[in-house]
Amino acid sequence: MTIKQISIFVENRAGRLADITGLLAESKIDIRALSIADTTDYGILRLIVNDPDQAVDVLRQSGMTVSATEVLGIKVEDIPGGFAKAIRTLSDKDISVEYAYAFITPDVGKAYVIVRVENNASAADALKTAGITIISQEEIFNSK
Amino acid sequence: MKYFDPQIETASRETLCGIQSERLASIVKRCYDHVPFYRRKFDEAGLLPGDVKSIDDITKLPFTVKQDLRDNYPFGLFAVPREDIVRIHASSGTTGKQTVVGYTENDVEIWSRSAARAIVAAGGTKADRIHIAYGYGLFTGGLGLHYGAEKLGAAAIPVSSGNTMRQIQLLEDFEPDILCCTPSYALTIGEAMRGAGVDAKKLRLRAGIFGAEPWTEAMRAEIESVLDIKAYDIYGLSEIAGPGVSFDCCMQNGMHVCEDYFYPEIVDPDTLEPVPDGTFGELVFTCIGKEALPLIRYRTRDISCLTHETCECGRTLVKMMKPKGRSDDMLIIRGVNVFPSQVEHVILTLGLEPNYQIVVDRAKNLDVMTVCVEMSDAVFSDAVREVERREKEIASAMQSVLGVSAKVRLVEPRSLPRSEGKAVRVVDNRKI
Repeated sequence: MTIKQISIFVENRAGRLADITGLLAESKIDIRALSIADTTDYGILRLIVNDPDQAVDVLRQSGMTVSATEVLGIKVEDIPGGFAKAIRTLSDKDISVEYAYAFITPDVGKAYVIVRVENNASAADALKTAGITIISQEEIFNSK
Repeated sequence: MKYFDPQIETASRETLCGIQSERLASIVKRCYDHVPFYRRKFDEAGLLPGDVKSIDDITKLPFTVKQDLRDNYPFGLFAVPREDIVRIHASSGTTGKQTVVGYTENDVEIWSRSAARAIVAAGGTKADRIHIAYGYGLFTGGLGLHYGAEKLGAAAIPVSSGNTMRQIQLLEDFEPDILCCTPSYALTIGEAMRGAGVDAKKLRLRAGIFGAEPWTEAMRAEIESVLDIKAYDIYGLSEIAGPGVSFDCCMQNGMHVCEDYFYPEIVDPDTLEPVPDGTFGELVFTCIGKEALPLIRYRTRDISCLTHETCECGRTLVKMMKPKGRSDDMLIIRGVNVFPSQVEHVILTLGLEPNYQIVVDRAKNLDVMTVCVEMSDAVFSDAVREVERREKEIASAMQSVLGVSAKVRLVEPRSLPRSEGKAVRVVDNRKI
């Protein structure tokens, strides 16, 4: 039960982010969550969208470097220690997190977190065992 | 001491011509007898060694280019048996392979004498200490000046390049009289001294001999001011010998060529016809004094001009102007020769997009080369750590092939100029 995230290479130039998000808007692609990893010269824009396959096509056709990665989406309690519990679970199993980003949802009292790990299956098992809910692509968009 | 070899450096034109004619005839015969490459070229041109009697006959001879050295890699152009070679140096070639040069004992002797002449022309004497901050190794810079200093009887201090704070400490503690390094490194040392609060006026240093990369008169003035010394230019290339092929005298307005060993010509780079004194063209050398690698009419690709006017320093040796460019696309990065084709070779070997651009800047007086590579699926990842790892891989492959470090910058696909006819592969922002 993974989520398809798309990642886009973005050179640090004025207007690039606007160009990319504009392209997605034209294709009526809905962005649910995003994160940007930035370095001096470039950034990596990571998106969770309603139609990742179409998003990849649209961006590729415009000559961008795009990749799709399966990531885990988890639902945590929106209280102090909610995220800590999930991360502790992974850390106890020696599963390292490459990156993570959170977003809130209309699901009151819950927060959603995207987690990128090396092995999704073992991370999902560990989280489920600890009573943490793994969410699907559909759930993210249905929760709107 | 005004001249190291006064009988040559102030010889009459007639005497020089006599020496040149005799030596030219001798190396032509040597090449014909011992280097199959030259014998073939002479045969193709219908030339026999006996046809070359005087230096004026040099125009009958075929040219040699860097590619010929590569085609005969590593030792195919050597004109002496293996046991007569006492030294081997190498510099970067247009692709992966190095340009290899060899020296007999006598070749090292004439190269050392050339470098010694340069040191004396810069005011050096046997009582001096000479701080050599050129790199030592396959590069001819360090050992060239080193042997020149010892030939003169001065004290060579083989510091080699790098570790600027140590350079400054030795300049203070060992009290050298002359500094030898690349001009950009001289400025780096000067600025680091200023930063460390070391007063250049308190140093014993009085002169510097700088070469291996192009530099301007403005840079000369800056070095002279920041280090409080006189700055002298020195020219050379490993194919011909190394530093000392030509050198500045006290007039600092052109470099005297050791034309008894290295006979210079200027030709039109397109027609290859000789041009008159004072006209810029491609500099060509014939190694009339050498045994191991007596290259004939070697095209340096440097654009310069010659003047036979008598110099106020008293030397009669012909002068060449500071090269003002290249007739090929070679770049000189921190003294190291870099060809765009080498960069391309690395990029293709690593399976990257074949579109790239080399940007050269001079930051804090040091050349910085950045290779822009278009991002591709092969390099991209959603994780920064992974992209950075691949970036480093590219940079280290560049370093190992080019012999000089390059920054790698990943740019968006299709953002670099395409090769419509000729792609703009090199953007040189240095003001030189």
